[in-house]
Amino acid sequence: MHGESLFIQALLYLAAAAIAVPLAKRLGLGSVLGYLGAGILIGPYVLGLVGSEGEDVMHFAEFGVVMMLFLVGLELQPRRLWEMRVPVLGLGGAQVVLSAVVIAGIGLIVGLPWQTALAIGLTLALSSTAIVLQTLREKGLMKTEGGQSSFAVLLMQDIAVIPMLALFPLLAVRDGALHGGNVAADGGSHSETWLQSLALPGWAEALAVLGAIAIVIVGGQVLARPFFRFVASSRMREAFTAAALMLVIGIAVLMTKVGLSPALGTFVAGVVLANSEYRHELESDIDPFKGLLLGVFFIAVGASIDFALIAAEPINIALIVVGLIAVKMLVLFLLGRVFGMKLDQNLLFTFALAQGGEFAFVLVSFALQAGVMTIEVAAPIIAATAISMALTPILMIINERLVQPRFGTCEADNRAADQIDHQSAVIVAGFGDFGGTVVRFLRANGVRPTVLENNSEHIDFLRRLGLKAYYGDARRSELLHAAGAAEARMLVIAVGGEGRTMELVELARKHFPHLKIFARADGWFEAFDLVKAGVDYVYRENADTALRAGSDLLCVLGLRGHQVHRAAKKFLQGDERTMRVLAESWGDDQAYFSAARQRIDNLEQVMLADLSEDQQGDSGWDAESIREDFADGYHER
Amino acid sequence: MNQMQSPSDQPRRPVLVLFAHPALQKSRVNSKLIDGLDQIPGVTFHDLYEAYPDLCIDVRAEQELLETHDVVIFQHPFYWYSTPSILKEWQDLVLEHGWAYGSTGNALRGKTLLSVVSTGGKESAYHPDGYNRHTVRQLLAPIEQTAHLCGMTFLAPFVAHATLRIPTDVLAVHTSDYHRLVIALRDDQVDLEKAAARDRSFINQDLNDVIRGEIR
Repeated sequence: MHGESLFIQALLYLAAAAIAVPLAKRLGLGSVLGYLGAGILIGPYVLGLVGSEGEDVMHFAEFGVVMMLFLVGLELQPRRLWEMRVPVLGLGGAQVVLSAVVIAGIGLIVGLPWQTALAIGLTLALSSTAIVLQTLREKGLMKTEGGQSSFAVLLMQDIAVIPMLALFPLLAVRDGALHGGNVAADGGSHSETWLQSLALPGWAEALAVLGAIAIVIVGGQVLARPFFRFVASSRMREAFTAAALMLVIGIAVLMTKVGLSPALGTFVAGVVLANSEYRHELESDIDPFKGLLLGVFFIAVGASIDFALIAAEPINIALIVVGLIAVKMLVLFLLGRVFGMKLDQNLLFTFALAQGGEFAFVLVSFALQAGVMTIEVAAPIIAATAISMALTPILMIINERLVQPRFGTCEADNRAADQIDHQSAVIVAGFGDFGGTVVRFLRANGVRPTVLENNSEHIDFLRRLGLKAYYGDARRSELLHAAGAAEARMLVIAVGGEGRTMELVELARKHFPHLKIFARADGWFEAFDLVKAGVDYVYRENADTALRAGSDLLCVLGLRGHQVHRAAKKFLQGDERTMRVLAESWGDDQAYFSAARQRIDNLEQVMLADLSEDQQGDSGWDAESIREDFADGYHER
Repeated sequence: MNQMQSPSDQPRRPVLVLFAHPALQKSRVNSKLIDGLDQIPGVTFHDLYEAYPDLCIDVRAEQELLETHDVVIFQHPFYWYSTPSILKEWQDLVLEHGWAYGSTGNALRGKTLLSVVSTGGKESAYHPDGYNRHTVRQLLAPIEQTAHLCGMTFLAPFVAHATLRIPTDVLAVHTSDYHRLVIALRDDQVDLEKAAARDRSFINQDLNDVIRGEIR
């Protein structure tokens, strides 16, 4: 692609996304359907804005799936993954085998050679990681039982691709592979890999594969942390983004070289880094790229639907689509039953995974190359896969709106508890003296906040003390989101520095209006700004400390401790009142000189208010009036 | 003053004065009553509001103090017929179940409790027929019962009446009486049974009656 056409392509895809996704969302259809619809619209059969290059784009954009699995891995602690071994191997394995057998059987019945039937069965047994995970995440269903089971099956399918690719050449029904068939970025493994080109004996190849996985695991455990610390110490946001992208792409390349699925490799890397303090930052750095690439991928899927073919043999294709979805649903539902899922969860699981996946595009083109099937068989399979993928979001809406209300049971309680388990109610942004003290105090009282801090040295120190803090700039809504701002109830802003508190306040207000904000202010004037901005709780950083010093001074001068204590309290309360009153008259668009003038006026008012505060009071302990009454003989009556 | 102390210089019954006045800076009576009290050997003067300006009481430290003293004195102005709030807080927190009372709470058993209060009203006002309709001792019933529950002997209170307009000489008498009583308690020279007698409404109505064999 040369420069200009690249930009025009980009413009088309981005425009389609920018218009179709909000529309689909507004209609309650989810972003995936929006992307797919946009793809169909700009595709060769409607507006014809993109042509056959759509397929290239699709293969490039499949990298979004790699990134998504990295992100999924980041959210999965190794311990959790180990707990999932039964669903992954059992449920996932059974799904692949059973679906493949049934679909291959149908292939035999319609008269395909057994090799071709088996290849089709294996290909269509796989579901779409991209569409399913994106849809589940968007609906917030990832942590439910059905969501977890779907994820386990998708993981197993990713693993199963590897032996399938090895098996296909053995299924060739005729000599001489067909030309064509794209080398996909994701499934690069199906062309001759670098490793195969070395012509190593089988055991050496296996060793190299294991070695590559070991590199990812050991590298992630040992090298990643010091490396990220080094990058983070530059305090350049883009450097960290570059490092994160480098990590993902590097692993993808390594995996492709040894013939493994890059998605699987980055998933493992994600799991390894799930315990690291850089997790949230990695998440927020990779997430926009993933989102964009996945979007482009979905658009490309939409654009690649071959309406000419569908128009030519509509009944045939419709039968394949319906048959595919029906068979997969049946198998999924039965397995859900066998593995003891509750009905509502089983229905979610069944509806989510009933489609062909993006691996089908890779496997079919590979099968064509290897001479396992003919183009006459392959074309309808590709078309049916794309259609079934496009139908998935619709199927899930049907499940949600029509099936669940009748057959499912309510799962809301279950989910709420789950989230409290995973997320903290309090997010503390900034781990300096102020934020650090707040966090220590909360922890000492059994509250474990999520901590965000932008200084990697602080984080190291805190980790040595056994505290948990995440690296990242809280002023990015993605990081706030990754830290669970959507579920949290309170946000402590202790980031300090000119204007940063206000920036964060505005960000939180915009994206997470439900958060109660507790903000540290540098002094009177920042406090005025914050109060004026409607922040619920504002703390002038040095107010309490200065009053403690003043109290100690008064005590050493000989004043009574309790008297001084009450005086300091009252003084602070007076300050709070003054702050609220003066904040109201605090201008927001003053020219410099008048603003400075106003500052001095305000300080004057503060000092005058001090004098009018009753620092004596407490007459209940010793009222003059009672003495007068007594002198009047009131008590003699 | 120390002639009755035991030869070993150890007080027979160490005295702990728990003093509670939230605004001592304005006090005329209590500030005089405590003047010199902390100089008496065998007496620990403990100013609660000064020790805990924020009313956050160190329970362990308070219990350790109690354990090393035999006579406990609550000294305070009489606010709304009761103690200032810190002394109530002190009771609520320090007199723990299992320590001060209950089946295993024996820490205070056999000790002596004396209330020393200053009232604005005259002695005649603290009478069934008077303005306040009860004697000071009757109004101190919650503390008397608290002492009883903890196995302590509650003496008739030491009361400085009519402090709103107290003449200097009367205040001087109260002060010397109070200090004399503290020393006698320390030296175990008080007839506790007499001093605790139910019909005695306040102990300083006749100190000679309760302090025995004193050489003055």
